[in-house]
Amino acid sequence: MECTFAVYRFDPAVDRKARYQHYTVSAEPTDKILDCLNRIRWDQDPTLAYRASCAHGICGSDAMVINGRVALACQKLVRDFQTANNFVIEPLPVFQVLKDLIVDLAPFFKKHRAVRPYLITNGNVPEKERLQDSENQQFIEPALRCILCASCTAACPITRVNPDYLGPAALLRAFRYICDSRDTVPLERLKALDNDDGIWGCKTMWWCTEVCPKGIPVTKCLGQIKRLLKKGDAQA
Amino acid sequence: MDRNYDAVIVGAGLAGLRAAIELGGQARVAVISKVFATRSHSGAAQGGIGAAVGNEEEDRWEWHMFDTVKGSDYLGDQDAIEIMTRDAARTIYELEHLGVPFNRTRDGRIAQRAFGGHTRDFGKAAVKRACFAADRTGRVILDTLWEQSLRKGIDFFDEYYVLSLMMNGAGCSGLVAYDFATGDIVSFHSKAVLLATGGAGKIYKTTSNALASTGDGMALAYRAGAPLEDMEFVQFHPTGIYKLGILISEAARGEGGILRNAEGERFMERYAPVIKDLAPRDLVSRCILEEIRAGRGINGKDYVHLDLTHLGADVIGHKLAEIVGFARTYAGVDAAREPIPVQPTCHYMMGGIAADADGHVIADAGGTPLAGLFAAGECACVSVHGANRLGCNSLLDTLVFGRRAGVTMRDFIQNAKPRKPFATFRKQAEEQLAGLMAADGPEKIGAIMAEMQETMMERVSVFRHAEGLQAALSTIRELKERCMRISIQDKGCRFNRNLVEAIELGHMLDLAEVITAGALHRQESRGAHWREDFAKRDDENFLHHTLVRLGGEGPQIFSRPVTITRFQPQERTY
Repeated sequence: MECTFAVYRFDPAVDRKARYQHYTVSAEPTDKILDCLNRIRWDQDPTLAYRASCAHGICGSDAMVINGRVALACQKLVRDFQTANNFVIEPLPVFQVLKDLIVDLAPFFKKHRAVRPYLITNGNVPEKERLQDSENQQFIEPALRCILCASCTAACPITRVNPDYLGPAALLRAFRYICDSRDTVPLERLKALDNDDGIWGCKTMWWCTEVCPKGIPVTKCLGQIKRLLKKGDAQA
Repeated sequence: MDRNYDAVIVGAGLAGLRAAIELGGQARVAVISKVFATRSHSGAAQGGIGAAVGNEEEDRWEWHMFDTVKGSDYLGDQDAIEIMTRDAARTIYELEHLGVPFNRTRDGRIAQRAFGGHTRDFGKAAVKRACFAADRTGRVILDTLWEQSLRKGIDFFDEYYVLSLMMNGAGCSGLVAYDFATGDIVSFHSKAVLLATGGAGKIYKTTSNALASTGDGMALAYRAGAPLEDMEFVQFHPTGIYKLGILISEAARGEGGILRNAEGERFMERYAPVIKDLAPRDLVSRCILEEIRAGRGINGKDYVHLDLTHLGADVIGHKLAEIVGFARTYAGVDAAREPIPVQPTCHYMMGGIAADADGHVIADAGGTPLAGLFAAGECACVSVHGANRLGCNSLLDTLVFGRRAGVTMRDFIQNAKPRKPFATFRKQAEEQLAGLMAADGPEKIGAIMAEMQETMMERVSVFRHAEGLQAALSTIRELKERCMRISIQDKGCRFNRNLVEAIELGHMLDLAEVITAGALHRQESRGAHWREDFAKRDDENFLHHTLVRLGGEGPQIFSRPVTITRFQPQERTY
C-alpha cells in the first residue's frame, strides 16, 4: 500500500530554514517506519540523513518524532498508526539539528556524565563477586532497560523551559546507582541532586514514562529519589 | 588535521572498550567508532556470558573447554580455548566489580542458566553456565564499560569512519579517518592500532546484525595485506523472528523453551537425544531447515515454532522480557500464550583477522606478528570458536581477548619508538574520497547491496554445494565490477551516508568473495560449513585453518595447522 511521508529537511550548512519534503513509499502494514526511511534513502533520495543501527530497539540511535510523538523509528510499524498511512517525520525536539533528523546529543551525554554514572565503592575488592540481594537487583532492573535514546529527555516539558535541568534520562541513571546496594556513596549522590536543576526539576508530568520505548516507569523511579531525599530530611 | 596518540582503538563495542580500559591512564588512547559508542552491536547480545563459576551447580573450566572444542568441531585452537575458559571466572568477577548488574541467586551470588552446547562432565547433561542480566546482558556490560572508560579519560571520536590503515614494511603507524559530521579527513598517528570492529552480518539478507555490521575492520586489514582466517564459517542462529531475522535469544531455550514443527513435534529429540533443544547452533539451524525441507514447516512455509507458553509469567517477565517484547512488537505474538515463528538468521562470523591469543595480527602461517597492528573480538579469529561458536562464548571472547590485547599493546607502546608520520596515506585517502564523490555512473548502491545479500543468503548460507558457490563467486565478482560504476548522489559533506555506504559495500563485497572462496575450497562439512556434496568431516585433508590473503589476482588461499592439546577429534554427537 502507498504511504506518504512528509520529512523534515534542514542542512544548516546550506539551508536558511527548514522545509518538509514529501515522499511516497510502498509499504506493508508490518514494515517498520525505519524500513520506509531506508527505502526512501536507497530508492529515491540518498541525501536524507538520520541515525539508525540495530533496527530493533536496543541501540537507541533512531529516536525521532513520528506524527507528533517521540518514538524509535525501528520500533514503530506502519500499522501502529491510524493516520490513513500519512506520516510526518521530524527530529527530536530540544536538541539542535545537525542535519535533517540528526540532532546534537552532546548536551544529553554531558548531563549523563554529570551524575557520575559508574559504581563507586570503597575499594575493598573481594576475591569473587560482591553479594547483592536479588530483590535489590530487581529494584533497579527497570533502569537497566535504558538505551540512552534520549526520548524521555526530549519529550520532557521541563527540559524545554530549563536547559540546565538534568532531565529524566540522567536522573534515571542516578537512581540506578543510588539504589544499587553495592555503591558506597548514595548520600553524596542524593545531595548532588537536591536542587531545582536536579531531582526537584521534575514536576511529575509523566511524559518521560509515556514515551519511553523500553516501558521504563521513569517517573516512578525519579519519585524514589525524591522519597529518599525527603526521608533523609525527616531523619535530620 | 593530524592527531597523535599512543594507541588508537577502532570500534567501541566490548572488545574495544575492554582494551581501552586496560590502557586508560597509562597511555594516550583514542577510541574511534562509526556509531556513538553505546550504539555498538555488542549491546544487542542477549542471553549471557559463559563461565564455570559454579554458582548454581558444580562446574569446571575443563568442561567448558571441552564443550568449546567440541562445539568448534575441533577446529578451534585448544591453547587459546584453554586461555579463554580458564580466564572466564576472573572475567565475570571483574565485570561484577566494575558494576555490571547481573541477575542474582537467592543467596546473592551471580545467577546462571543453561545455554546451547554447554554441558557438565564432558557432555553428560546440560549445565547452568551463562551469567546474565535478564536478556540484555550485552547492553548492561556495554553501558558499564563505556561509563568506566569515560571515567578513565579516554578520548572518543564518535561517528568517525576509518578509511585506511597506515601500513608499510615496518608495520602499522596509525590510520586515516573520515569525520562523518563534518566531512573532514583526519590522520591519527599512533604506535599501536587495535581493530575491534565486530562482525559483518549485513553481507546476508536475513541477519540479526545491525546496519553498522559491515565488516570494516576485516576488510581494512585484508586490503592492508593481513590474512583473514576461517571466513567460510558463518553462524546462523536458529531462532530469528520469521522474515525479520531479529534475534530471539538461545536463553529462551536455556530457560526451557521448545522448538516444534508443523505437527507440534519436539523435533530436536530426534537429532540430539541428550541435550535436545540445547544442541549447538549449527546443528539446530540445520535441523530446522531439514524439517522445513521435509514439509514440516508451519503451514508449509519456511519457519518453525519456538514455544515458550509453558514457562510461566515469572520466567517470561523477569528473564526474557526483552525478547517477549520483540515478539509482540514485530511479530504481533504474545509469547506467553502462543509460539513465536522462527527461522535461522545470520548471526556471527567465526572467522576474522588472523590473530594470536595476545592480540597480535599475524602475517603468515608461522604466526609472525605485524608490528603495531592488533585485533580482538568478532573481527578477529584467535581462533576460539573454530567452525562453530557456542552461545555466550562471544561476550567472553571480547572481554578476555580485549583485555589481553590491551596488555600487549601497553607493553608494545612502552618499547616502540614513535615513527615518522606518513602524509602519503592521507593523500591517498583524499584522492579515494574525491574520486568517489565525483562518481557519476548508472549503478545504484542499494540495488548492488540487495543482490549481494540475496546471493549470499541463497548460495552461501547453511547448506552449500560447489555449483552454487561457483555461481555466487561469479555474481560477487560481477557486483564488484558494477560497484566501480556507481554514483554518489549526495554531494554534501555533512552526515553523507550515501558516501559511507558506498565504502561499506566495497568492504562487504571483498568479504563475500573471501567467504565464498573459502567455502568452495573447503571440501568437507564441519561446524557451520555444510557442503551437500561433501557431507562428512574430513580430518585427513581439512583439519586446518583456512587463511586468505589479498594477492594481485584476488584472494590467495593457504593454511595453518590447528593446535590440539587436550582433546583429540572425535565424532560430534549430542
